Amino acid sequence: MTYAVQRTRVPVTVDEEKCIAHKGCTVCVDVCPLDLLAIDMLKGKAYMKYDECWYCMPCEKDCPTGAVHVDIPYLLR
Amino acid sequence: MRDEPESKVNIPEPIIMETDVLVVGGGTAGPMAAVKAKEKNPKLRVMLLEKANVKRSGAISMGMDGLNNAVLPGHATPEQYTKEITIANDGIVNQKTVYAYATNSYRTIEELDRWGVKFEKDETGDYAVRKVHHLGSYVLPMPEGHHMKKILYRQLKRTRVEVVNRVVATRVLTDRQGRAAGLMGFDCRTGQFTVIRAKAVILCCGAAGRIGLPTSGYLFGTYENPTNAGDGYAMAYHAGAELANLECFQINPLIKDYNGPACAYVTGPFGGYTANAHGERFIECDYWSGQMMWEFYNELESGKGPVFLKLDHLAEETISNIEVILHTNERPSRGRFHDGRGTNYRSKMIEMHISEIGFCSGHSASGVWVNEKAETTVPGLYAAGDMASVPHNYMLGAFTYGWFAGENAAVYCAETTAGEVDDAQIAAEHARVMAPLQCADGIPPNQLEYKLRRMVNDYLQPPKATRKMELGLERFAEIGEDIRQLSAADPHELMRAMEVQHIHDCANMAARASLFRTESRWGLYHYRADFPERNDAEWFTHCHLRKSADGKMESIKRPVEPYILPLDDEEKTAYQRLRVVKEASTV
Repeated sequence: MTYAVQRTRVPVTVDEEKCIAHKGCTVCVDVCPLDLLAIDMLKGKAYMKYDECWYCMPCEKDCPTGAVHVDIPYLLR
Repeated sequence: MRDEPESKVNIPEPIIMETDVLVVGGGTAGPMAAVKAKEKNPKLRVMLLEKANVKRSGAISMGMDGLNNAVLPGHATPEQYTKEITIANDGIVNQKTVYAYATNSYRTIEELDRWGVKFEKDETGDYAVRKVHHLGSYVLPMPEGHHMKKILYRQLKRTRVEVVNRVVATRVLTDRQGRAAGLMGFDCRTGQFTVIRAKAVILCCGAAGRIGLPTSGYLFGTYENPTNAGDGYAMAYHAGAELANLECFQINPLIKDYNGPACAYVTGPFGGYTANAHGERFIECDYWSGQMMWEFYNELESGKGPVFLKLDHLAEETISNIEVILHTNERPSRGRFHDGRGTNYRSKMIEMHISEIGFCSGHSASGVWVNEKAETTVPGLYAAGDMASVPHNYMLGAFTYGWFAGENAAVYCAETTAGEVDDAQIAAEHARVMAPLQCADGIPPNQLEYKLRRMVNDYLQPPKATRKMELGLERFAEIGEDIRQLSAADPHELMRAMEVQHIHDCANMAARASLFRTESRWGLYHYRADFPERNDAEWFTHCHLRKSADGKMESIKRPVEPYILPLDDEEKTAYQRLRVVKEASTV
């Protein structure tokens, strides 16, 4: 395979104490217009899988427990 | 490398679905089109296809802070509005389409009002219209505009429109007579290839917001919601539709680095304005037009640059009010950006910049050509919203033309029988869509996209020059060859791999349309450094682009339709007098 793995700090973070994905919640994954979030099936928590954020914020606004936080991507901060 | 398995995934058979009216895009125009098609004929099957989720998709995923172009009785007339848009577009408009919008604008507002959208009203209950345009008053604030998508979703449920989320459309299906006959695409979660047969297709796919690269270099820091990658433009082109005046780019004023609109026109009625480094006003009117962007660009590049949003002279109460509007509706992360930068409207002017280039009739005038019934040049294919050619249509125009498209498609469906479709067309698209998933060792979509969009900036950003655009086309052709090597690791990357091909089509269209019109027009949008003058004798005409019989892009002139509302000489030049006169005399 001729690919490198490049680390990138993602702008959307999830407070795992508050996240209730293990109870079946997928709200943030459902509302992301760019389909960037996913549920970690082992942990039962939501996380940002792809770093393609438009910092539009439905994930944060619609989260029922206030677990999701959107920062401005570092490049633009 | 080559001893890796050729195919990483088993390719399942396509899923075949069927409907009558198929609406593509669940943002603004799309939900309206679907609801109105269903209301027009409840017996029809109406499907709304969305690559994200209709609950939070499109340009207004978080809402909208106001109407930019409300034509309300007592405040403005359709005639006055149509004239103003004609002038703002240097005369190159099909007035019939603008007038059709203007005469139905109030009906749309009343419908939205009934559905629960809250518009600002004065103490007498009348709509609180503001003046932002050069001549008339059309701006109506919606301080609670963040509830817009919820209201649309409720209507989709009420009318029982069938909603299909997370399916990405890639090509319009056409029948043997060349009519729209459905759509092909895939599920961005499973990669499942999907064919949807329909009698009428309404494209509401938004702007082409990912052609240019933002100055930050961040692929997704675009002015437009980056899901709006130009899919609709490319799909309409490949279906055989004509596209109008694509050389009239969209370029918008922005807060520098934060790619949300600067919204000088939101703050204008409160006393805010666009200023130069000395804090001086240099344009009389903050309403977006090519001419306004020309003045903006010149000031930005001059010794008095850069350009700022000036609010620091306003009272605390006014600024708090502006913050509520700008930080809670269309782009709520804006407040967070200012916090990070330590900028505050109260203490300092806010640095502005200009956006990357794009196509969007919402703010400019280019797009898939439609008439006043939202029909494209392909029978059975309709378009509405930012991707359709009606100039300066904004959100309210998207709703109004979505309404036209839905009703007219419903009528068309009742009179039409489904045509025969060539299986080879489906097989070819199936192979094209699946190719990146089968390429185990190729170019990731983000690398190809970055290179393409950097070249767009290098060669297409105004001021435009002939040789530069020709070089751009050479680079685009080379990148076009690389598309065959695109590799997608999963269905999500496949979505980006298909989007970058739409972007590639749009970049080619932007270059070819710009090369064809050998004059300058629409201020910065089509400023050609080697043809700096406007040339009405040869170019007072629409320029259309389409796929020729041999599959290449061709440009043709289409005469401007006779005006239904002629302009007098004073009106014709109103938008050329935007620069503050005192400023001009001291330069």
